[in-house]
Amino acid sequence: MNPVLRLLLQRLAISLLVLVGVSILIFFVARVVPGDPARIALGPNASQAAVDAMREARHLNDPLIIQYGWFVRDLAQGDLGTSLYTRRPVTTDIAAYLPATLELVFVAGAMMILLGLPLGRLAARYAKRGPDHAARFAAVVAVCTPAFVWGVILQLLLAYIWPIFPLEGRLSNGVDAPPGITGFYTLDSLMAGQFATFFDALYHLILPATALALSGIGQSARLTRSSMIETYRKPFIEMSRAYGFREDRISRRYAFRPALIPTLTILGLDFAAMLANAFLVERVFVWPGLSRYGVEVILRKDLDAIVGVVLVIAAMFLVTNLIVDLIVSIINPRIRLAERRAKS
Amino acid sequence: MSSKTSSVAWTEFKSNPISIIGLTLVCFCIGLALLADFITPYPAHVGPIGDFTAINQAPSAAHWFGTDTIGRDLLTRIIYGFRLSLIMAVMVLSISMPVGVVLGLLAGYLGGWVEFVLMRLTDIFLAIPPLVLAMAIMGFLPATLTNAMLAVTVMWWPWYTRLVYNVVRSEAREGYVLAAEVIGASPLHTMFREILPNCVPAILTKLTLDVGFVVLMVSSLSFLGLGVQPPTPDLGSMVADGAKYMPDAWWLSIFPALAIMVLVLGFNLLGDGLREAFDAEV
Repeated sequence: MNPVLRLLLQRLAISLLVLVGVSILIFFVARVVPGDPARIALGPNASQAAVDAMREARHLNDPLIIQYGWFVRDLAQGDLGTSLYTRRPVTTDIAAYLPATLELVFVAGAMMILLGLPLGRLAARYAKRGPDHAARFAAVVAVCTPAFVWGVILQLLLAYIWPIFPLEGRLSNGVDAPPGITGFYTLDSLMAGQFATFFDALYHLILPATALALSGIGQSARLTRSSMIETYRKPFIEMSRAYGFREDRISRRYAFRPALIPTLTILGLDFAAMLANAFLVERVFVWPGLSRYGVEVILRKDLDAIVGVVLVIAAMFLVTNLIVDLIVSIINPRIRLAERRAKS
Repeated sequence: MSSKTSSVAWTEFKSNPISIIGLTLVCFCIGLALLADFITPYPAHVGPIGDFTAINQAPSAAHWFGTDTIGRDLLTRIIYGFRLSLIMAVMVLSISMPVGVVLGLLAGYLGGWVEFVLMRLTDIFLAIPPLVLAMAIMGFLPATLTNAMLAVTVMWWPWYTRLVYNVVRSEAREGYVLAAEVIGASPLHTMFREILPNCVPAILTKLTLDVGFVVLMVSSLSFLGLGVQPPTPDLGSMVADGAKYMPDAWWLSIFPALAIMVLVLGFNLLGDGLREAFDAEV
């Protein structure tokens, strides 16, 4: 079998196992906690009969294992239960709020890669000299600062004191949302040919995405730097210098590409961290994403919705890591060519 | 793990300006936290009661960082916030670190089904972004200081398990481990007396970095309103509350935000210095 495919299948199996584990973990945590979910759902004024009826309807009187069985059966049918806060199916709610969060995370992820990797390459090339120290210090400051602190600082500087960016929201007042196809305002407006809306949506994305991306930019710059410095010590770099290749070309082609592999793996983790940090940034910029829903359901002890949000985020995290594994196995010749080597 | 002697590591640590900046910041923050009762200008402002004649004042000589909406001195509350953050970080790590280390040792040294079960369990925990898991746990529990610490502790141990597991896996092939086994040392002795000491540099480095990250996590939780409740002075909730009064009373959220930054930065720089000095993989 193709080694890339085999690796991928292996990873897929492990990911599914982990997802099942996550569902068990979060399901049991949600059931073990004190308080009767039915009582919480109906409020203190509901009659005992209503609570009992709900317990019966939701199988809350069954043993935990059986309850988990019901949960898995519903999940297999794409049913995550009903939110007690919005009174709609949890899947409908998540589908409504998720695109705004994903759009923000994707833009931030792009910033992380497009700014972080070149910054790291620059630092590695000038290792232990001025630009390196500056880049490293900036990277550490970026990594150490929570996304909400960046949000508050950026908002104060670039939206209040020097108001060049909008303060909050996804679109300006008076601008209508584009027809919903993907739920990404930038993509939807482009597809509908509404360029004014596209630029407005992009304009609103810049500050929150920057706040979200900064620690990822720092992290990816740091990783690229350290793994490139490692690569610079390898004999093939010495050899390419001896051949007289320009330092710029060595840095760009020979040292950077092998260094990308360990960096990419960690970037998958950073992407997951962004999904979580989006909760903080959305709060600062009043972004109508999953976080507003998530915090709301958490404060209201809306069990089904909490379980749903956590499961969706864990699933996205696992999918991201699968994609990263796929990219790594494609660009890493050791994996791609393993079969050919085995044959020869 | 580390072939360097501790004196070489120390020399390297001292000659690295970044670690010295980190150490200075950490000592500064710990010093403020320890001496909070003596150095804060208005110790009484920790609680819910402030000075109603001095509401929402901009930074001045009397109130360096200004006052909040009920006239409490912000500098005082930030210094007590340092203390609270550090206490929470120490509590969280003093439970999650030993648990994670022991499980990592067991998984790495015993192998077999112990390894399979423990490492898949850590995979499950690590598959949920820490903040989301902590938030979810807070969703099921009342929002109190103890529960916030509990939620963060529950999600923190797997990082130590994975770290120690990786170190043990590479150490177990070393000659000294084989030597110990050959002379009949028990698995317990081999794990705790032979291998564990060689994990110490990595654990110590991670611990230092983690003090900062736990502070970050706890303040993120309280920023979302899921952690420490008022009137306890917590940096995260101070940022969240202050953000409502932007930009007129900008100091209300900017100074606590910078305080979090300084605290986390200090521990990170120090941890980075330790990592380089020990050559530890964290």
